[in-house]
Amino acid sequence: MPAVKSLEELRKLREEAIQKRKAKTTSGDVQITVAMGTCGIAAGARDTMRAVLDEIEANNLTGVIVKQTGCIGLCELEPIVMVEIGGQPKVTYGKVNVERARQIMKEHVVGGKVLSEYVIQSA
Amino acid sequence: MRELALHILDIAENSVAAQARRVEIGVEEDLHRDRLRIWVKDDGHGMDEEMVARVTDPFVTSRTTRKVGLGIPLLKAAAESCNGHLRISSAIGRGTCLEAEFQHSHIDRMPLGDLAGTLYALVVGWPDVRWTLRYRVNDATYEFDSGPIKQELGDVPLSEPAVLAFIRESLQQGIAECQQNGAEFYGIAQSA
Repeated sequence: MPAVKSLEELRKLREEAIQKRKAKTTSGDVQITVAMGTCGIAAGARDTMRAVLDEIEANNLTGVIVKQTGCIGLCELEPIVMVEIGGQPKVTYGKVNVERARQIMKEHVVGGKVLSEYVIQSA
Repeated sequence: MRELALHILDIAENSVAAQARRVEIGVEEDLHRDRLRIWVKDDGHGMDEEMVARVTDPFVTSRTTRKVGLGIPLLKAAAESCNGHLRISSAIGRGTCLEAEFQHSHIDRMPLGDLAGTLYALVVGWPDVRWTLRYRVNDATYEFDSGPIKQELGDVPLSEPAVLAFIRESLQQGIAECQQNGAEFYGIAQSA
């Protein structure tokens, strides 16, 4: 069984991705960070991150970088997701379950509207 | 934690925190010996003997934001309640290997869970780390290595939609096929 489906397929994907960069679907560079400490994982952060990635895949959003971080000391508000779009201030969302993650992707990342009811800190 | 795969994710996050550049994850389901073994091996900064001895104590953690680390003690308790054990070998500058073993058929053993989802989150979320998975179910094996994928993509990020689909499908298919090929009575053992 090969380690990857096929490297040939990846080569094609790489060229397509480079082409698509010229027509970005999001408004500026987007960075999404999911907190993945023990507290976050226990609260469901893996599935939250999965929902973020599934939205990127389903809506073909290019130019979005998804990263992880550890515990940020707000364990009771996990899963925590941070969204940074271009030069705008970072927005930190708390208790981001799968449903909220999908909503954040649709309304904030694509739509540009901060979902203030879920924000725990904006700095 | 409700899945072993979530424990694997948690332990692997420790490796990242220890500045690992390469992390090997292994899962072996041996139905004939009735054992399930997982391990996470990294090339991070490692721990000295005293830290290794104390790391299963819930009042030891390297984190500074909160004083109590529960990941390893939780996994140790889970393994020991299933006729298993947890072992850590580590040396400063040489990395850490954590291994946990369970009686596969034990009534209290939590399910393996979404192993593909765990690898997917790690590979995409920590793109600068080289992740490998070695999954074995009896005689069937599946191996995944993020190294060649990263190399092929160059500066194209892993979070591009088409790349995400590629990684997700590779992991899901590879793990599912391994489970199917692994053992004729795999399904029975899983539901036991």
